[in-house]
Amino acid sequence: MALKMVKGSIDRMFDKNLQDLVRGIRNHKEDEAKYISQCIDEIKQELKQDNIAVKANAVCKLTYLQMLGYDISWAAFNIIEVMSASKFTFKRIGYLAASQCFHEGTDVIMLTTNQIRKDLSSPSQYDTGVALTGLSCFVTPDLARDLANDIMTLMSHTKPYIRKKAVLIMYKVFLKYPESLRPAFPRLKEKLEDPDPGVQSAAVNVICELARRNPKNYLSLAPLFFKLMTSSTNNWVLIKIIKLFGALTPLEPRLGKKLIEPLTNLIHSTSAMSLLYECVNTVIAVLISLSSGMPNHSASIQLCVQKLRILIEDSDQNLKYLGLLAMSKILRTHPKSVQAHKDLVLQCLDDKDESIRLRALDLLYGMVSKKNLVEIVKKLMSHVDKAEGTTYRDELLTKIIDICSQCNYQHITNFQWYISVLVELTRLEGTRHGHLIAAQMLDVAIRVKAIRKFAVSQMSALLDSAHLVASSTQRNGICEVLYAAAWICGEFSEHLQEPQQTLEAMLRPKVTTLPGHIQAVYVQNVVKLYASILQQKEQAAEPEAAQDVTQLMVERLPQFVQSADLEVQERASCVLQLVKHIQKLQAKDVPVAEEVSALFAGELNPVAPKAQKKVPVPEGLDLDAWINEPPSDSESEDEKPKAIFHDEEQRHAKQRQPEAEEEELARRREARKQEQANNPFYIKSSPSPQKRYQDMPGVEHIPVVQIDLSVPLKVPGMPVSDQYVKLQEEREHRQRPEKDRRRRKKKDKDKRGKPRRHSSLHTESDEDIAPAQRVDIVTEEMPENALPSDEDDKDPNDPYRALDVDLDRPLADSERLPVQKHRNAETTKSPEKEDVPFVEKKIKKPRKKEKKHREKEREKKEKRKEEKEGEDFDFWLSTAPLPAAAPAPAPVRARESLERTLSPLPLREGARSPGERSEATRTRTETMSGTPRRLRSIRRRSPRRRRRRRDPRTRRSPRRSSLQVKRRQSPWRTARSLTSLSRPCPATASWPRTPTSR
Amino acid sequence: MIQAILVFNNHGKPRLVRFYQRFPEEIQQQIVRETFHLVLKRDDNICNFLEGGSLIGGSDYKLIYRHYATLYFVFCVDSSESELGILDLIQVFVETLDKCFENVCELDLIFHMDKVHYILQEVVMGGMVLETNMNEIVAQIEAQNRLEKSEGGLSAAPARAVSAVKNINLPEIPRNINIGKPLLPAPACGA
Repeated sequence: MALKMVKGSIDRMFDKNLQDLVRGIRNHKEDEAKYISQCIDEIKQELKQDNIAVKANAVCKLTYLQMLGYDISWAAFNIIEVMSASKFTFKRIGYLAASQCFHEGTDVIMLTTNQIRKDLSSPSQYDTGVALTGLSCFVTPDLARDLANDIMTLMSHTKPYIRKKAVLIMYKVFLKYPESLRPAFPRLKEKLEDPDPGVQSAAVNVICELARRNPKNYLSLAPLFFKLMTSSTNNWVLIKIIKLFGALTPLEPRLGKKLIEPLTNLIHSTSAMSLLYECVNTVIAVLISLSSGMPNHSASIQLCVQKLRILIEDSDQNLKYLGLLAMSKILRTHPKSVQAHKDLVLQCLDDKDESIRLRALDLLYGMVSKKNLVEIVKKLMSHVDKAEGTTYRDELLTKIIDICSQCNYQHITNFQWYISVLVELTRLEGTRHGHLIAAQMLDVAIRVKAIRKFAVSQMSALLDSAHLVASSTQRNGICEVLYAAAWICGEFSEHLQEPQQTLEAMLRPKVTTLPGHIQAVYVQNVVKLYASILQQKEQAAEPEAAQDVTQLMVERLPQFVQSADLEVQERASCVLQLVKHIQKLQAKDVPVAEEVSALFAGELNPVAPKAQKKVPVPEGLDLDAWINEPPSDSESEDEKPKAIFHDEEQRHAKQRQPEAEEEELARRREARKQEQANNPFYIKSSPSPQKRYQDMPGVEHIPVVQIDLSVPLKVPGMPVSDQYVKLQEEREHRQRPEKDRRRRKKKDKDKRGKPRRHSSLHTESDEDIAPAQRVDIVTEEMPENALPSDEDDKDPNDPYRALDVDLDRPLADSERLPVQKHRNAETTKSPEKEDVPFVEKKIKKPRKKEKKHREKEREKKEKRKEEKEGEDFDFWLSTAPLPAAAPAPAPVRARESLERTLSPLPLREGARSPGERSEATRTRTETMSGTPRRLRSIRRRSPRRRRRRRDPRTRRSPRRSSLQVKRRQSPWRTARSLTSLSRPCPATASWPRTPTSR
Repeated sequence: MIQAILVFNNHGKPRLVRFYQRFPEEIQQQIVRETFHLVLKRDDNICNFLEGGSLIGGSDYKLIYRHYATLYFVFCVDSSESELGILDLIQVFVETLDKCFENVCELDLIFHMDKVHYILQEVVMGGMVLETNMNEIVAQIEAQNRLEKSEGGLSAAPARAVSAVKNINLPEIPRNINIGKPLLPAPACGA
């Protein structure tokens, strides 16, 4: 017993450290949870001790447990204690634990403000560094507000190690405290030209993150970034800048024009795949932004596509993936140039890597044309059969549907084929996309009138074999198609060959196992079918048969009445009563068909899903106005809300006053009627037929081509889409001579000056395929004065919105970052911090006095500077590419000549013609001598430039350019680029050290 | 921005979990598990990018990972990061680990999670890339280690001696031989 006690105390004396804990956990694999809870108890004991080393050790162990998923927020206060230790060793542990578990909800976090401020101003750079790192993970709006000024001063710290951390953390501060962005921005901008490459890279990083969210505010920095791009050799920085330009170009096409050349040069010269890839990406972005082509436009595209093809053909799967990704971006604007590489994309479809197959599928979307659609879908269907995983198979399914339905079924020439494809897809088991197929079936059947007969025949077959579809599983998969099938058969029942058979199929007892919403549709459409059968029978004067059908209904409907689903039950009861009533009438030999089918008379019009939203509110209608008097203020309401309420009341009251007048009332009634007329959800007495075609004038004149009757309309059993491949070939063959003739005629017509109609429906290459059916309703119907703009997709809760501020406006006094004076005064009570505020006060006193004066001056300066910059940017953009082009290729060439003399390492490859090289050396010497001759001639022409030359303050551009050359020539910089992240060819040169993993 | 950095072994045991966005601990574990299952399914010779989808963020996010010996290093990043750049960064991180631990293997990561965090803090800060130059990173780490040594370290000498004694009794320390396998093969180091 005594021995045990002694042993226990010894154990406590030498507490477990992290390694012991890990080892212990590994040795208690069976009862890990129990062991850990035991350890946590020990840790709690340790945290109660006064010794900071013991506490730090405990916190360190807690950090490990946090990784294993244990909540350690209960120790937050102890973590703060360890953070405030004087020794770096402990401080680091504390900050690490804090960065892992503190968040905005941690209440003790507000206790840390002064500790962090103290650490930030610590003489040891590592104390400061650790505090910055920790803060970057748990900064809250309060911390950001209180510490923004301190961090901003650290941005000009003497040590680059601190500077770069301070610059990076500013982004987090901006996010939490957006007001700090404007005051801090000038300094952040300065850091773009920091002598230390790490700081520079950090500044680029932060500005890129900011600019990505609100690009337009950073356009004025473009010249500076352009300079960095042409001078920097750090691939990491280059990549960031080039990505940033990709975000900026859509806003300023002139910028894009300027970028093309240096980017093309980089593409040619760089050997780093990561850089090449980003260059290609940005060139693509530029090309997209330049909608109206420039002369060497197609050459750039060609270059991009070529380079991407090289990437895709590479054996490295990563490059292949990225190549396909970038290719899909080109596809959106320049489908022609990508289509040339169809072979490659189809090849990638067979790749063993799923990610690559998915990317190839994306590309396929843009590769289809009327000619190859059938063939491509056939290939995809074969993939569907082979696919092993459901996710990939589902992806294939959605892609097939996407490809076929894109641009209003633009590429589909034969809708029978499409319906067959859809029906074939219903055989997929366990797919999640049954509703997609169903939606397509409905869409096609509604919008392509000519196909309805065929669609109905297929759907009735589907309903007949519903047991195949629905038998396997219930999990809301493929049985969704029955929803569409039932609706189509019901709605277009006049096309049914054997309506009675379908009716029986829909009334089978098995149907009650389907999901409720499908049963509901069944019930509703059974009535439609019933109505049309009645009509048929009465017309054929077969009252017996009609009564039989009614009898069938009366017998079978009760199974739905018993349904647990309310919708089904309600509909079924209604229908059952109706049918019983009909039965009575039939018994009296009263003709009923007319009246029953009147229930479903009229045609349904498709309407755009967002139509309602786009109807503008009519003038004079105030949706927020009270219709009735608002409820009188009750006692339970407290003061504040009442006041707000009252205010609002007054405003509305003013608006409502004229309403009392009779005239106004009449006017508003008129307006309401008008609105109702425009509202698609109001049932109109007679839909105007012209309206349907309003978006596509002249569509009603399109002759609906007769259905090719060489296809048997009623396919026994399940249809097969393959037959259409053959069929199409045949038809093409047949039609070709005829088509040629027709085309010649058409051309003659065009020459006569008639604009060709429906050019949007087919592209040049597709002309010789005549569509078998047309999509009748090309655009979904929109109410008359619907607004075209769509602002639904803006997220009001976007955290980056607050950072959307004008950075060029001069800083106002009220915007200065809060300097924490009074706060320090408050906290002098705490004994350990006494000496700190004293030092701070000393520094701050003179600052206070001078502050006003200095601020005024700074403001003036900034104003001047910003004006200048605004001009500069426009000037920079408006100048002909000459001045930009001259320095742009220079770095490459200068470096090349430098390499020849200085370093044997080939940094950038690329063969150039001797003539070009001599020109390169010439530009270089010109730039070094100060003002190149060509530039000078331009300046003479530009009055603004001349003025600037005279002004000594603004005369910085020539000086700067010579500096650039000097910097570029420094051998250390080139040497650094080697050690910096991307070695010449990071991704392609397969990593020598990875084979163990491969 | 980098959203999360996860390191786990071939069995899905987390070795380093660093989120730059707040998730409760259970969700963190769930994300690690799901990520592990996503990555495990993939062969070593297919591409290193994965669309994360539902896990963190949305379609803007990608998982970029590398597999070394017994460990997976997974970075979850958004579209502002260059994919190939992040692959390089992972390599830089692992090489830095290799330099700091001298032939790093999984055991080093298991027993020195704190040190791995400190190294990572010199590479990535608050989700943004801080430094990509390996020499610079190693120099800063070494300077901090020196500082720690001068302060006497976390546990003083006697405690260390005791823990050494405690070790002796333990049954076979490396249970899984695989774990001791170096992540990077020796000859290629320091290239």
